[in-house]
Amino acid sequence: MVIACPKVSSAAVLCLLIASGPASAADALTIASFGGQYTASQSKSQYDPFTASTGVTIKSVDYNGGLAELTAQVRSGTVNWDIVDVELQDLDRGCADGLFEKIDPAQLPAGSDGVPAIKDFVTGSLHECGVGTVIWSNVLAFSDPAFPDAKPSRIEDFFDLERFPGRRGLPKRPHAILEWALMADGVTPSEVYRVLAKPEGLDRAFAKLDTVKDHAVFWETGAQMIQLLADGEVALSAAYNGRVQSAISEDAKPLKIIWERQIWNADYYAVVAGTGAKERALDFVRFATGTAPLAAQTQYIAYGPVRRSSQPLIAPAIAATLPTAPANFNNALAFDAAWWTAHGDAINERYAAWLVQ
Amino acid sequence: MNAASPSRAGLALVLPLVAFIAIAFLAPIATMLLRSVHDPEIAELMPRTRQALIRWDGTGVPQMATKAVTADLREASATNRIGRLAQRLNRERNGLRALIDVTVRHLEREPDTELTRIDRGWSDPDLWRILARVTSPWTGRHLLNALDVTVTADGALVRQEEARRLYVDLFLRTAWVAALVTLICALLGYPYAYAMAASGPSLRTLLLFLVLLPFWTSLLVRATAWIVLLQRRGVINEGLVAMGLVSETGRLDLIYNMTGTIIVMVHVLLPFFVLPLYSVMAGLPTSYVRASASLGAHPLRTFARVYLPLTYPGVAAGGLLVFILSLGYYVTPALVGGRTGQLISNQIAFHMQRSLNWGLAAALGTLLLLAVLLLALTLPRLAERGGLRA
Repeated sequence: MVIACPKVSSAAVLCLLIASGPASAADALTIASFGGQYTASQSKSQYDPFTASTGVTIKSVDYNGGLAELTAQVRSGTVNWDIVDVELQDLDRGCADGLFEKIDPAQLPAGSDGVPAIKDFVTGSLHECGVGTVIWSNVLAFSDPAFPDAKPSRIEDFFDLERFPGRRGLPKRPHAILEWALMADGVTPSEVYRVLAKPEGLDRAFAKLDTVKDHAVFWETGAQMIQLLADGEVALSAAYNGRVQSAISEDAKPLKIIWERQIWNADYYAVVAGTGAKERALDFVRFATGTAPLAAQTQYIAYGPVRRSSQPLIAPAIAATLPTAPANFNNALAFDAAWWTAHGDAINERYAAWLVQ
Repeated sequence: MNAASPSRAGLALVLPLVAFIAIAFLAPIATMLLRSVHDPEIAELMPRTRQALIRWDGTGVPQMATKAVTADLREASATNRIGRLAQRLNRERNGLRALIDVTVRHLEREPDTELTRIDRGWSDPDLWRILARVTSPWTGRHLLNALDVTVTADGALVRQEEARRLYVDLFLRTAWVAALVTLICALLGYPYAYAMAASGPSLRTLLLFLVLLPFWTSLLVRATAWIVLLQRRGVINEGLVAMGLVSETGRLDLIYNMTGTIIVMVHVLLPFFVLPLYSVMAGLPTSYVRASASLGAHPLRTFARVYLPLTYPGVAAGGLLVFILSLGYYVTPALVGGRTGQLISNQIAFHMQRSLNWGLAAALGTLLLLAVLLLALTLPRLAERGGLRA
């Protein structure tokens, strides 16, 4: 059997495996993640090294977040995904719904500096149903040439079409954008979720969004968002910081990130309940959330590792681009996943209705 | 063997097709129709509550049912289904998720507390009336919601609050877009089909090739190509700016809005109009037109009185095809429609994939299907009565 084998060592192992016979389902894992640059970063720092050290092949599937596909799989008893990369609000809800296996944090490896996992992971990044990987952030990003004179620098500028004309990119889901609308309307960050929980606060947020509605272009995936910014279709957009950073540093796109009032969130690996490969999946989660793979991931996407022991392994130039860098972390707001779990249903529905009205 | 009578072998040959249609087409549609009126999930999550509330007279707080709710909540909590139940109930009345959460947490500490002591929300008779209604597996509320109507606690039908009212508008928008796309297809497709029918063999082959070309290209590729052409820094806008027809700041918004949806839909659907019309035109004897001309009619009159009526069946067939296909368009609006170019199918997809409100998605799908069936059955007949059949 002749197969052209690439030179990269990890891939060469995979190549040998293929050459020695078709990989059976018994030594494979399917991982669902958000695609594009983000999945690529996981693939290079976690999937490939895991395959190299264990021989388990990894099939990568893209999805757009949310629990719909997963719920359908678990409820119909045909679980195709072994592991999912989820955001906290989905992890919380999925855990309550029994969609995920429990993960014992005591089983996670200690940091490379010997600190036990429970102390090594930053607060909130260990969950009974999942293990944190990266801290990423909702930021505003703008196309530099779209603003030849004054550059937008604050959240208020997103809603200021007079001083900063140009189309706005908004996500098709309400997370973060509603919080920003309130902050731009004068609500202090510590008050945002309290105000948003009241009907008049929600109306206030939507009223603020109304001011940019006619100039808005809506995106569904991170890849679309970058495309809109890079093509000059939108001047200023809500964005995920890592995708923007990749477009800047790898594709030399003239984009800029506004860190002021970033809303940070975390991603987690969770093992799908009822997967036939629970032990193997747990092995992967323990491996991928180790000190070295998490530190390595920052080379491919600008999301911060949740392990403290990973920090010293990151090159200073990269560290400065992460949401957690002190210069960027000023005025940051923590995304309140529990709040969104409690209030999200009605707001998601209203936002979807607002979109088409 | 008599060729006219169907042989067993012949039936056996059709069998795979029949089985395929039954499995891939009829069964999903039947499931969808059923789902729009049958939603047993809450009933399955709260079986005791359902039993207790079946015989309730609808006044005050039913004491029997409070114990049933306690038992159901505890069981749902123990089997990891409480999140699902909370979400479903919250959809029926905003705020119920919080009530369920508080109650379950309290019951974990003190399992025998009366519900009404845990939270005053349980003393509200309206809540019990809602529970009585949503624990019934058969329901019309999804169909009502799909028409922007909602049911109040005491059973009255009212219009949905304004911030959440959108489906009727979307159905109308979808019908309007379908009509507009059909009209544009007719205006563009009729001369094209005529050119095909009237031209010589080699030109005809070329024209046919051009019509069929889009068929051989993936829908996604075509949508992406249109994005490249139509976006603000796309080929068309750059060209217009370079020629000085449009100012730098006045670039046209040709995509990510209704305009984009219509342009791309017309492009995708044009062959469906041209091909049936061409087949009718190609079959027309040229003698009628010649007869009309030799009797002295002006070419325009010949066209209006002789040629056009003869091609009506083709126009009707192509128009109906394009109109019905437009009603269900999903991918194109999702990619190029932006906010204002979204159609009803996008909302169905939203409820299938994101909000997980499958009952509402099924109800919207059912209404769309009914509209299409109605059109497919009545339009050809109307056309016949109006003399559109040759």
